[in-house]
Amino acid sequence: MPSHSTPRVSIQTADFDLSAEVAALRAKDPRVGAVCSFVGTVRDRTAGEPGTIASMELEHYPGMTEKSIEAMIDAAQQRFDIFGARVIHRVGLLQPLDQIVMVAVTSAHRGESFQACEFLMDYLKTQAPFWKKEQTPAGARWVDARVSDDKALAKWGIALENTSLNAPD
Amino acid sequence: MKVTVKYFASIRETIGVGSEQRETQASSLAALRDELIALGGAHAESLARGRAVRLALNQVMCDESAELVEGAEVAFFPPVTGG
Repeated sequence: MPSHSTPRVSIQTADFDLSAEVAALRAKDPRVGAVCSFVGTVRDRTAGEPGTIASMELEHYPGMTEKSIEAMIDAAQQRFDIFGARVIHRVGLLQPLDQIVMVAVTSAHRGESFQACEFLMDYLKTQAPFWKKEQTPAGARWVDARVSDDKALAKWGIALENTSLNAPD
Repeated sequence: MKVTVKYFASIRETIGVGSEQRETQASSLAALRDELIALGGAHAESLARGRAVRLALNQVMCDESAELVEGAEVAFFPPVTGG
């Protein structure tokens, strides 16, 4: 079984080591036949404007952030036949090329891990309380939420909207 | 009753504080939002109807019909942009 010493969710300013996290997630668990991971990184551009993002500040809602992601992992475990899951999200000041988010999932076979990993990212993008503020040559700007992220969550049959005026839950 | 109201991101910046204690008679989050809008100024600007504002009650996302209870922690924030 996965070690109980490793939390499922970490919100931190520090960077993370994907290899070490994956090793810990599958350690001593011979049921595991598949590990799927996703890492999101900071880009220096939006919509084809290279070099326009000098840095990015990540704000979150301490307490709710952890609780909401724990609930998403519970939902993933209900929905998919997976063993373990680990989510790390960085906050504070980040630079282009920095790692920002990691999701890793273990299962017996690849299909469940691939699906659960994508499900967790789709859920997190629209339902976890994080906000990005970009520093650009024109000044600081809060990043707009994307309708395409709501559509990504909708494909799992979850009708929670982030971008609409009256977001239903 | 007393409630704690939290603001995040652009709403926090506009209002100028991240958290405030409020005495309210509002029975729902919609009524609390109306009370805050009625304060005018930055509250009215950032929480105005017609803006995409998301809400949480006791750290769970909810809609405005949610019932307000003594000691509740209510949060107002823009659509989230993590990941």
